[in-house]
Amino acid sequence: MPILKVNKLTKAFGGLMAVSNVNLELNQGELVGLIGPNGAGKTTVFNLLTGIYVPTSGTITLFQDNNQTQLQCLKPYTICKAGVARTFQNIRLFKDLTVLDNVRIAMHKNLDYGLFASLFHTKAYSEEENQLIEKSLELLKILKLHHKKDELARNLPYGEQRHLEIVRALAANPSLLLLDEPAAGMNPAETANLTEMIGWIRKNFNLTILLIEHDMSLVMKICERIYVLDYGMVIAEGTPSEIKANKRVIEAYLGEEVNHA
Amino acid sequence: MQKLLGSNFLKKAIFLAATFGLVQLLIVTGVINPFIMDTLTTICINIILAVSLNLITGFTGQFSLGHAGFMSIGAYTCTIITLRVPTTLGFITGLLAGAILAALVGAVVGLPTLRLRGDYLAIATLGMAEIIRIIFLNLDITNGAAGLFNNNQYVNWFWLFLFTAGTVVLISNFIKSSHGRACISIREDEIAAEAVGINSTKYKVTAFVMGAFFAGIAGSMHSSYFYFIKPDLFGFLKSINILVIVVFGGLGSISGSIIAAILLALISTSLQSIPELQMVIYAAMLITIMLFRPQGLMGSKELSLSLFKKWSSLIHRKNGGEA
Amino acid sequence: MEQFFQQIINGISLGSIYALIALGYTMVYGIIKLINFAHGDVYMVGAYIGYFCMTSFHMGFLPSLFIAMTFCVILGVAIEKIAYKPLRNATRIAVLITAIGVSLFIEYGTMFFVKADVRSYPPLTGLLVKSFKLGDIVITMQQLLIVGITVILMVLLQFIVKRTRIGKAMRAVSLDKEAAELMGINVNTTISFTFVLGSALAGAAGVLVGIYYNSINPLMGIMPGLKAFVAAVFGGIGIIPGAMIGGYFIGTLEVMVSGYGNSMFRDAVVFAVLILILIVKPSGLLGKETREKV
Repeated sequence: MPILKVNKLTKAFGGLMAVSNVNLELNQGELVGLIGPNGAGKTTVFNLLTGIYVPTSGTITLFQDNNQTQLQCLKPYTICKAGVARTFQNIRLFKDLTVLDNVRIAMHKNLDYGLFASLFHTKAYSEEENQLIEKSLELLKILKLHHKKDELARNLPYGEQRHLEIVRALAANPSLLLLDEPAAGMNPAETANLTEMIGWIRKNFNLTILLIEHDMSLVMKICERIYVLDYGMVIAEGTPSEIKANKRVIEAYLGEEVNHA
Repeated sequence: MQKLLGSNFLKKAIFLAATFGLVQLLIVTGVINPFIMDTLTTICINIILAVSLNLITGFTGQFSLGHAGFMSIGAYTCTIITLRVPTTLGFITGLLAGAILAALVGAVVGLPTLRLRGDYLAIATLGMAEIIRIIFLNLDITNGAAGLFNNNQYVNWFWLFLFTAGTVVLISNFIKSSHGRACISIREDEIAAEAVGINSTKYKVTAFVMGAFFAGIAGSMHSSYFYFIKPDLFGFLKSINILVIVVFGGLGSISGSIIAAILLALISTSLQSIPELQMVIYAAMLITIMLFRPQGLMGSKELSLSLFKKWSSLIHRKNGGEA
Repeated sequence: MEQFFQQIINGISLGSIYALIALGYTMVYGIIKLINFAHGDVYMVGAYIGYFCMTSFHMGFLPSLFIAMTFCVILGVAIEKIAYKPLRNATRIAVLITAIGVSLFIEYGTMFFVKADVRSYPPLTGLLVKSFKLGDIVITMQQLLIVGITVILMVLLQFIVKRTRIGKAMRAVSLDKEAAELMGINVNTTISFTFVLGSALAGAAGVLVGIYYNSINPLMGIMPGLKAFVAAVFGGIGIIPGAMIGGYFIGTLEVMVSGYGNSMFRDAVVFAVLILILIVKPSGLLGKETREKV
């Protein structure tokens, strides 16, 4: 059963085609990789999926409990509300806020109390706020960040900042999670740890995950299917072993010389 | 937890009641003479203005240079109504009407302009305040450049305290709520905020409208205490003065705004004896503060009991070291 | 119809002055992203220096203009070195507040020395009082002088920015400060030079406005300063031809509103145009859209 269908997605910046005619299909519960050389348009695809850029043409459809939502003309926050959350390649935490606040802010959209309650700190306010803290701590525990809940995000070590971004995305309660280079800058041990964790999260949160990654050990290990992007176009699609053997992919990564050699 | 909140609330209530009672006592006994009362009123009005601008600029990160414009809407509305209904009821009606009108204008101006970032928004809000001022300059009902004169003084210490404390409590409550955190997240990183489901336009406009509302109250208080208003009181320089209080106290610190409002009022009172140099010293001070402490007195921290404990332990340690 | 052309001519004269001030705003903003609020006051100081040269020292127009420009250059560079340079890495709001502080300091400092009274420029003599008539349209020698000097200065500025080494450095620094520094460009010198150019133009505008409107006062820089900034935003901030176009547009608009509408509302119209352009095309007439990299 598909959860996301991307049809002929195109984005042009002036004359430059950053993404052209991309078709993607993700099934419920799948873990799919999106790879490609630098500048292939991977992050642009993410920005299109999350509404940061408006597509030049094409459609993005999200399927949920017999509901279909067209995402291509929605604002980022409505897309998040529809069930798509993401992390960023260059970490974008709320740096001067605490770890706990970072997570609580992502839960805001599911909040019930209104402006009046927030101005007068009514009973509804204190009840919901307490719940919010509880839920946030639960999530933070998964990535062992709960004992740092009062630290400022900017003071966390790099690896933990990446983890916090994942927790924040989970706090938005998504059904589709987009991870943009989650292992960037990590050493092999940390990457192995992260690989395991991503698998665990998918299972326990019943998520579908699309991830951009340069670290092939991670991609090949956990992705069930892989899309390869080059110059804004999908040049290959298949299981990790199929992708490994695909000639066009090797060319894209290593350049033309392979042919001549 | 519930109990803790309760005791906190009690502490706050006692503190507020004690402040009110003490000042009331000093007024009754005549220790606070009319001159000191003027300064006190200026301080309270500036606190309302600075805390409400801090919500827009310090917490939500939207750079506004037009706060005096909203203040003037409150001032004129309240004066026009109290001139026709010269009672305390008229004053309260005028005050609320002024605040609501200011909030409405805030919404109308905010919706299109809050898409702008940083300096552009600053300039747009500056332009907005200038337009408001020029409109007041040219209307009949506002009596143009000559301004309006209110025969009665409606604002006494009770109203002053009620609205100042009310503004501070409501805005700090808002900041400590999920809605307030949504505003802060926009200041921190608007794109990330949108990506986790925060409707940034909605919260920017909310902060802007709330700020305008309280600025309207401040304007009403000003007109009902100082009798006289004219468009030039609410020009570019007034907006700057409010912003200076906020920046001097620390963007994102409510207690900072309060301390700065008090300090700056005291400084400007003490400079009144040398009027020709008052502004020069004020300007030089401003430059010096920005050069040596650009984050303001408090940074984004709040003055609280725990901070006191930290300081006292630091002093303690220092003393211990020396001994 | 004659009245219309007359208004256009008056608008171009006023617009020249706005354009000269706007150039300083736009160059400084282009290079350090700062709304230099003190810029309007440099213009005011220029007007006063010109005034003292002409009255106390009985100098002619051109020497006065030259001295005023030189003095404004010194003032502009001093402002940059003392107030802005130490804040190069501070937040935008801190720098902006500093700029406002500098502006107030110059305004009220000047007021302290020369008093708040309005002063009138000495009457012009000789060739400069002549005027020409084309049908019913009157063009004064002052207007020709203003437009002529503005055009000369703008050509000179274009030459410096486009054809000289330091002009190339200015363009490089405004594109990417770090990269320019890595290429061996002295960023601080370049920024100071930008203030030199901007302040010289503002000084010239001050003297020109003195001979055109005849009256000067210590707060005269605030409104023209703001309007010149509007002009810079209108044309696209950071873009030199944009500031020129913006200056002439705002000048003409203002004269038209005064001439055909209500002169009380002329400032309001200028600010309304500002808000409108910011909403419709924030990057200005000649500006390019930029997007944040995500």
